[in-house]
Amino acid sequence: MIEVTTKDNCLVCTLKDVLDETTRLNISAAQLHNKKIQLVGSNIKSWNTDFVVTLFNALKDVPKENLSYSHLPEGMEQLLRLAFQAPHHEPTNPRPKLPFLDSVGEGGIRFCRCVKKGCGFIHDCLSAWGRQLTGKAVYRSKDFWMILADCGPKSILIVSLISFMVGLILAFVGAIQLKTFGAQIYVASLVTIGMTRIMGAVMTGVIMAGRTGASYAATIGTMQVNEELDALQTMGISRTDFLVLPRMNALLLAMPILILLADFMGILGGCFVCVSFWDIPLSEYIKYTVNSFYMNHFLVGVFHGIVFGWIIALCGCYFGVHCGRNADSVGAATTKAVVYSIVWMIVTTGLLTVVFQWLGV
Amino acid sequence: MVGGLRMQNSIIRAENLSIGYDDKVIMKNLSFDIPKGDIFIIMGGSGCGKSTLLRTLTGLIPAHSGQIWIRDIDFINADPSEKLEVMKHSGILYQSGALFSSMTLAENVALPLQQYTSYSPDKISRIVAFKLALVGLAGYEDYYPSEISGGMRKRAGLARALALDPEIVYFDEPSAGLDPISSKNLDDLILEINKTLGTTIIVVTHELSSIFAIGKNSIFLDKTIKTISAKGNPKELLKNPPNEQVYEFLTRGERHEKGTK
Repeated sequence: MIEVTTKDNCLVCTLKDVLDETTRLNISAAQLHNKKIQLVGSNIKSWNTDFVVTLFNALKDVPKENLSYSHLPEGMEQLLRLAFQAPHHEPTNPRPKLPFLDSVGEGGIRFCRCVKKGCGFIHDCLSAWGRQLTGKAVYRSKDFWMILADCGPKSILIVSLISFMVGLILAFVGAIQLKTFGAQIYVASLVTIGMTRIMGAVMTGVIMAGRTGASYAATIGTMQVNEELDALQTMGISRTDFLVLPRMNALLLAMPILILLADFMGILGGCFVCVSFWDIPLSEYIKYTVNSFYMNHFLVGVFHGIVFGWIIALCGCYFGVHCGRNADSVGAATTKAVVYSIVWMIVTTGLLTVVFQWLGV
Repeated sequence: MVGGLRMQNSIIRAENLSIGYDDKVIMKNLSFDIPKGDIFIIMGGSGCGKSTLLRTLTGLIPAHSGQIWIRDIDFINADPSEKLEVMKHSGILYQSGALFSSMTLAENVALPLQQYTSYSPDKISRIVAFKLALVGLAGYEDYYPSEISGGMRKRAGLARALALDPEIVYFDEPSAGLDPISSKNLDDLILEINKTLGTTIIVVTHELSSIFAIGKNSIFLDKTIKTISAKGNPKELLKNPPNEQVYEFLTRGERHEKGTK
């Protein structure tokens, strides 16, 4: 479908019939060297862009003044002229691959910068708290109440449901083992101690990381994209005071209350299993629950919750404030906020468990 | 006060300024004066560093080197309280308006007043209503930014920028995303504010119609040489273009042949 002939040092390419992606162009670089090329298309019946791309790639090194067109279909000629007119740039690699040691070094530097940024943010938050105590922090109380409503009352349903299910699972799993000793009644103690000491706090923390931490990162990240953070900064209003402080306060206030609810719902879940499936009388379950309820376990749980609330607010706000200026960055910030919140909560739980054991609490 | 003695009629002066992000220098050796009451255009092609220069002038990013004097204050080396003082006398209208989406228009405009004045809530709401009326948004006090059009958001952003009666107002691409009529209305509003309030206006734009309609002075940032390649009144620059790039920019890419234009 392509006939190539040479005439007076001019390569005449006669294109005919149907030209599409299957058409082969058998012209060598040597044939093209220093020759004028005439593309003749009086016999073309149909053509498509794929063929033009093939033709352009074959002829792209030919100076455009050496090219001439004869009887090509109007659209094809225009497309070719446009392609040859566009400035040709050699592809460049915007991110050249670094040698192994260099990339390790880069990674180390990035890590140090992240640690520095993280510590700086914690310092900013603590300073903001200090300003709040002296009445110098600026944020709208309306914002605080709206955020509190969102992370408190609106979380009640999901926290209740998940905690109920956790209590239920704890009771089921515990009862199966305790039954072998004929001690199913101690399921009540297991659920009470488990929920009040740690499970209530951990489950509430995980729920709030996914629900509230992600929302903090997405909201503040979107404000970054919309230049609202820039506007705050140029107005001389501290973004830590204005955005982070109300969110942190709201979560610190909501967490202990939600943990109280989670503990109660977990115990209720355990009760449901014991009474419905293991024929333990309700009065017995309540009696063993009351006997196993220790204030120090409950306060340890609440303390965990307060620390988790601080971690969630910190991670959510940190990744929101340090979000990039595009939609992808908001998604990444949200994901990081949840992942880092959960990781730091687990790490903190481990550390606090060791500390409380050491203190004998 | 060395800068102050030298500044005389200028409200902003930049000397050998280098700007960029992290280690990357985008523009260097930038020196210019912005007279009080001027409408000063920072123009140039896409990606040349106009917005970066604006972010540097407003203190959002640090300069690599050089000096900026704003209202007789060495802005780069100023302590936070001095910088705050400068910013209190400046307003900024961002490309997107940058209104706080959780607040009504009135709350947005009231925010700087609540922050920096001890006015009573009643007085603040009267000032807010006046500022919104000034930009043609009377009666929109209780609307949220999501309930109004892009042009209205920009005007509301301008009302917020004007809340503290600033001496300098910066505009980042004011015409971006606006239809020609809204764009012209915004240009008229800028001229009106400059004329009636004597506010110094600094506009970052590449919109030719706006440049010629409002610009009294300008600088052209040239990406290829990474510095200013032309200064002056935009209409004068069009009449006597100092170089090919400026002519091409001001004529939407028409080639300049010496002696024929």
